[in-house]
Amino acid sequence: MDDQTPMDDVILDVRDLSMHFPVRAGMFGKTHSAVRAVDNVSFQVRRGETFGIVGESGSGKTTLGRCIMRILGPTGGEIGYASEGAGMVDLAAVEDAQMRDLWREIRMIFQDPQSSLNPRLPVIELVGQVLRKAEGLKGAALADRVADLLKSVGLRPEILHRYPAAFSGGQRQRIGIARALATKPQLVIADEAVSALDVSIQAQTLNLLQDLQEEFGLTYVFIAHDLAVVEHICDRVAVMFLGEIVELADTETLFAAPRHPYTRALLSAVPVPDPRQRSDRRLRAAAPAEVTDTATACKFAARCPHARDLCRRQRPQKRTVGGAEVLCHFAGEI
Amino acid sequence: MTMTQTELANAAESNIDPTPIVLGPWALVWRKFRRHRLAMVSAVVVIFIYLVAIFAEFLAPFPTDQTSVRHTFAPPQPLALFVTDADGTRFRPHVKGLKMEIDREAMRRSFAVDAERIIPVGFFVKGYEYKLLGLIPANRHFFGPLDPRDPMYLWGADRLGRDMFSRIVMGTRVSMSIGLVGVAVSLVIGVAMGGLSGYYGGWVDTLIQRFIEFIRSVPTIPLWMGLAAAIPLDWPPLRTYFVVTVIVSMIGWTSLAREVRGKFLSLRGEDFITAARLDGLTDREVILKHMVPSFSSHIIASLTLAVPLMILAETSLSFLGIGLQPPLVSWGTLLKEAQNIRSIIEAPWLLIAPGSVIVVAVLALNFLGDGLRDAADPYSN
Repeated sequence: MDDQTPMDDVILDVRDLSMHFPVRAGMFGKTHSAVRAVDNVSFQVRRGETFGIVGESGSGKTTLGRCIMRILGPTGGEIGYASEGAGMVDLAAVEDAQMRDLWREIRMIFQDPQSSLNPRLPVIELVGQVLRKAEGLKGAALADRVADLLKSVGLRPEILHRYPAAFSGGQRQRIGIARALATKPQLVIADEAVSALDVSIQAQTLNLLQDLQEEFGLTYVFIAHDLAVVEHICDRVAVMFLGEIVELADTETLFAAPRHPYTRALLSAVPVPDPRQRSDRRLRAAAPAEVTDTATACKFAARCPHARDLCRRQRPQKRTVGGAEVLCHFAGEI
Repeated sequence: MTMTQTELANAAESNIDPTPIVLGPWALVWRKFRRHRLAMVSAVVVIFIYLVAIFAEFLAPFPTDQTSVRHTFAPPQPLALFVTDADGTRFRPHVKGLKMEIDREAMRRSFAVDAERIIPVGFFVKGYEYKLLGLIPANRHFFGPLDPRDPMYLWGADRLGRDMFSRIVMGTRVSMSIGLVGVAVSLVIGVAMGGLSGYYGGWVDTLIQRFIEFIRSVPTIPLWMGLAAAIPLDWPPLRTYFVVTVIVSMIGWTSLAREVRGKFLSLRGEDFITAARLDGLTDREVILKHMVPSFSSHIIASLTLAVPLMILAETSLSFLGIGLQPPLVSWGTLLKEAQNIRSIIEAPWLLIAPGSVIVVAVLALNFLGDGLRDAADPYSN
């Protein structure tokens, strides 16, 4: 279905992206294998949508986000990005100096507001240093802009000269959001942006993110492991397993009719508040998945309740089944 | 619960600023340090010792090279404050005179207190000429005998009849400053090497770390001896002093470099460093604005802990006779005087006085460094 998306609507076009970390051992650091944290991942993000990436820990979703931010240099593939000034650029290949400019358009919200805010700097510096750098603002002009930003995320502007220790987790995350929005970005990568917050604050923060999206016309890439959060905020969702996208679909399609056995297992693992409706877990308790395994088999075969011979012999290809892109031999049949 | 709406509103209004003001990082460090009693006391002692070092000439009643043939190995004379005679008791600081007796059989000189002879001691007395802070010519001393030719050996005299008290006071300057200069040298080398190692990583890191391991595996005393032996004996004392500090800091920088490297490595992975990079800051700005402030307090603490090591290193070098050479006076060269068994038996003050001063200074600096280290990271619990 992505083939039908007009190109000028696509803000991020990731093609065959790979990030393999070499595993070194021994005194002279000989590379003997690689961890395929992200393995041949392709997807497109449309302007103005919220694109969710979910998966268990170790599935490579954070690595994927860091590759898009170019915190990590991917080992293969392209990351097409429709920049404001320079048109389509490949984030995987741009020079560091150009990336520094692009970081004004693509911003990141970090998972842990505790560790992403330097405890030694006051709020005006934390939120304002990017403005100081990008627009050369200082003094009263900088204070005004930061105060406006704080207001837009629901914080009082008087807190300009406080240190992060003075704030609660939710307030800190709002500071982190203000910081991400300081340069009026196009694309915001939110890496587990609400995972560190408790549930009531999560809801507030998600609503804030949605309001800001409307107000500033933002596009979010929303990385999370909490399916309830993803269902609430995302327009489309990609499910990752061991570095691969195993299913990509509209949120409604995905939650109503999951096609990949892993997606089903994930959905069945969501806690149900009503004890009478609880069902048996579908996922087979298998040996820990081997990320470095390069064998010709479906990566999920070892844990799949439907695995057959074909799954252990041949890697599945991406197929479109009922509006969803699925990486499974038997999608639609099982 | 019992509050009405208006009361609540009033409470909110009267308390416009409900978020407490949070102290800045350095204020937190100070608050935590203040709670460390021993460190506070040590800080006072250290400040006192450095004041002594700065105003050494003013505090020392005699020049370090003033000898007296009649007072070789003179024992310490206790300072008394009151005089009692026919007119009653008056406040009059003094020391009793010394009478020398020669034991013809043992061929030995011994001193006895001459109770009759009172040597009055005064404050701000005239004495030898010196330059205060190296600039202002002066001849007043904090205290001393009213007649500068009278003997007053508060901490005894050495084999040439020189006043130990004056020599220890003057030695404070050399010994304490060698710690500071040595630490400054190791700070520069250590931060530069550690920073390179931690920031660039890879083969630069491997090279520097193996070099540090090599240096640390060489036994220090033979290394120092070898280096010190290379100093020509006819060099002026000041140049020798400088070279000795450099030798002493040859080892000191390695531990500092490791600490800086470790800090760089752990900070490099922190989210707030990544966030700062994403804000478009250059490497230099990230290092200066985000990394250095996060470990500057640690560096201050480890520097304070390095000072006593430097002092001890200088002392041991000088004690072995390969560090500073007379006429330069340091605590180490003073201890060297107490090297033979005869002086320890006949004049134990030659060992006790400089020895205890060294112990006090080293302990005070260590406690101060401990307190600083505990206070260094106000965000850890």
